[in-house]
Amino acid sequence: MQVSGTVLTVREVGGYHALTLVAPAIAERFRPGQFVAVAVGGEHTGRLLRRCFAVYEVKSDYGGTVEFVFADRDPGTAWLTGRRSRDTLDVVGPLGRPFRLPRDPVSCLLVGGGPGGAALFSLADALHRRGCQVHFVLGGPDAAHVFGARSAQRIGDSATVVTTDGSVGSRGEVAGVLPQALADSRADVVYACGPTETLRQVSQVSSDYGIPVQVCLEEFLQANGACGTGLCLTCVLPVIGDDGVTRMLRACADGPVLRGERVRWSDLGTIPLEALGAPRALHVMEDS
Amino acid sequence: MSASLITRLGPVELPNPVLTASGCGGTGRDLAQFADLSRLGGFITPSVLPQPRAGRPTPRMAETPGGMVSAMGLPGPGIDTFLRRDLPFLAEQGARTIVSVGGNSVADYAEVARRLRDETAVCAVEVNVACPNAEDRGLVFASRPSAAADVVRAVRTHIRPGVPVFAKLSPDVSDLVTIALACADAGADGLSLINTVLGMAIDTTTLRPALSGVSGGLSGPAIRPIAVRSVYQVHAALPQLPIIGMGGIATGLDALEFILAGASAVAVGTTLFHDPSAAARIVRELEEALTARGIGRLADAVGLAHRPYGFVPPQVHALSTTEPNHEPKTEERAQ
Repeated sequence: MQVSGTVLTVREVGGYHALTLVAPAIAERFRPGQFVAVAVGGEHTGRLLRRCFAVYEVKSDYGGTVEFVFADRDPGTAWLTGRRSRDTLDVVGPLGRPFRLPRDPVSCLLVGGGPGGAALFSLADALHRRGCQVHFVLGGPDAAHVFGARSAQRIGDSATVVTTDGSVGSRGEVAGVLPQALADSRADVVYACGPTETLRQVSQVSSDYGIPVQVCLEEFLQANGACGTGLCLTCVLPVIGDDGVTRMLRACADGPVLRGERVRWSDLGTIPLEALGAPRALHVMEDS
Repeated sequence: MSASLITRLGPVELPNPVLTASGCGGTGRDLAQFADLSRLGGFITPSVLPQPRAGRPTPRMAETPGGMVSAMGLPGPGIDTFLRRDLPFLAEQGARTIVSVGGNSVADYAEVARRLRDETAVCAVEVNVACPNAEDRGLVFASRPSAAADVVRAVRTHIRPGVPVFAKLSPDVSDLVTIALACADAGADGLSLINTVLGMAIDTTTLRPALSGVSGGLSGPAIRPIAVRSVYQVHAALPQLPIIGMGGIATGLDALEFILAGASAVAVGTTLFHDPSAAARIVRELEEALTARGIGRLADAVGLAHRPYGFVPPQVHALSTTEPNHEPKTEERAQ
């Protein structure tokens, strides 16, 4: 859906911004893990690329609202921070494939880093509705850049907070506390959203423990995506399919939620030689 | 009475002149959520090569003022999967499909064209001559008249008569008209103008080129004046040859600019990334713009900007009298 949404509020949340807009068509279709692609700069802007943000939550107020949390990292997001109530935004969504939910009431570990933690709260609600246990691990560089620590402590069955500088929670990195959190929560499944490096580590640790992991590639999409709608093919990454073949998938339309153990994390930013359609260097060698 | 948008690309008639540019509408599946493909003038596919191709690693694009630079490396499923999966989908949707043909050798182009020959769902073919030629130090075919002509000839030989073959040219040449003439001589039924313009961006944080491919193609409104100039120049030299104009079209008036320069159809590209539903809006705006100018048929507007100086079509008077902000001008004249 491409809609013109009316801004309700833009507020600062620690070191991030949260923007709420009225967009009933998106709110009613949204499922946790999906994102919106927002046009920035206004009607006559020279900035053509949409900014993609995982949705924090949707509510039924005003017919349906959508809220997303973002870091101000470029002139496009700076423009967003300057929006005021009743401004309109051109928004496409909900986009991408959502988190898959377990059929049974299992124990879930939700791992968030930076603004990516926001994507986990609507997921937590959906999991609770299915009778699942929801445990949180949230991390970030400092207290201002851990999203939702207090909410996680309120709604989670447990919540571990970790910061690089130790300003809130324990000092360290998400990956460092993960083995303990997995053990304590007896997690059957792991969900993660945050910096790509965090997702890599979470996927690694979870795989080592044999626990399935779903990651939401919001940061990768923000860094590489131009459209969010699957048209431009700029946000590709190597992912191993059910048939064992590595393909370059789009983080937007084939993701943003992917199975963490299937992503070839160490090959991001490359085309692995055995990927479908990779340059034929090996074949040339065979020929000569 | 609204203007008729019917246009012709050689033997093919289209209900309106607004197409989607190669590589900008994806396979059509994703665009179909935002646009009724049967209501587009036509859908130009991403360039199809003989084999599946993963393309370049990320980062593949960088935002630049009024556009983006991108170096995709021609990703695509290859002709087999295209014929099995993508072309039938487009046909099902009722899209008038123009297949873009690519390759790294003349044989590649010929191979893809041969496979397309018996496909009735192919309405026209666009030859992407801006592909690197593996047999010529990776120089693009579009940069030499003889190389461009070779690939056009190879494709034209295999495609059925009645299915027009368009050559899509790059503006990064010293004399575009020479290349256009060479393609026309080699059998091109029309030209697509323009492909992206070579550009580059450097990431000031990493202190490295922003794209994995180092340089890339600049697209978007930033290149529109280059594209309009290219269409105007080539139409002046080859007025009989239909042109699909493209490069930064975002509104109906942008489209009209290309039509006036000599394009019989236009393609919307990078704008679709920004506004996936843009094509339908551009059709509507173009129709309104023609009607407001008293131009009853799109065909009458093609190349109108080439009319000699001093020629004022009568309908322009009609327009100025209906626009209130022209009133002071009439007073001036009265004085």
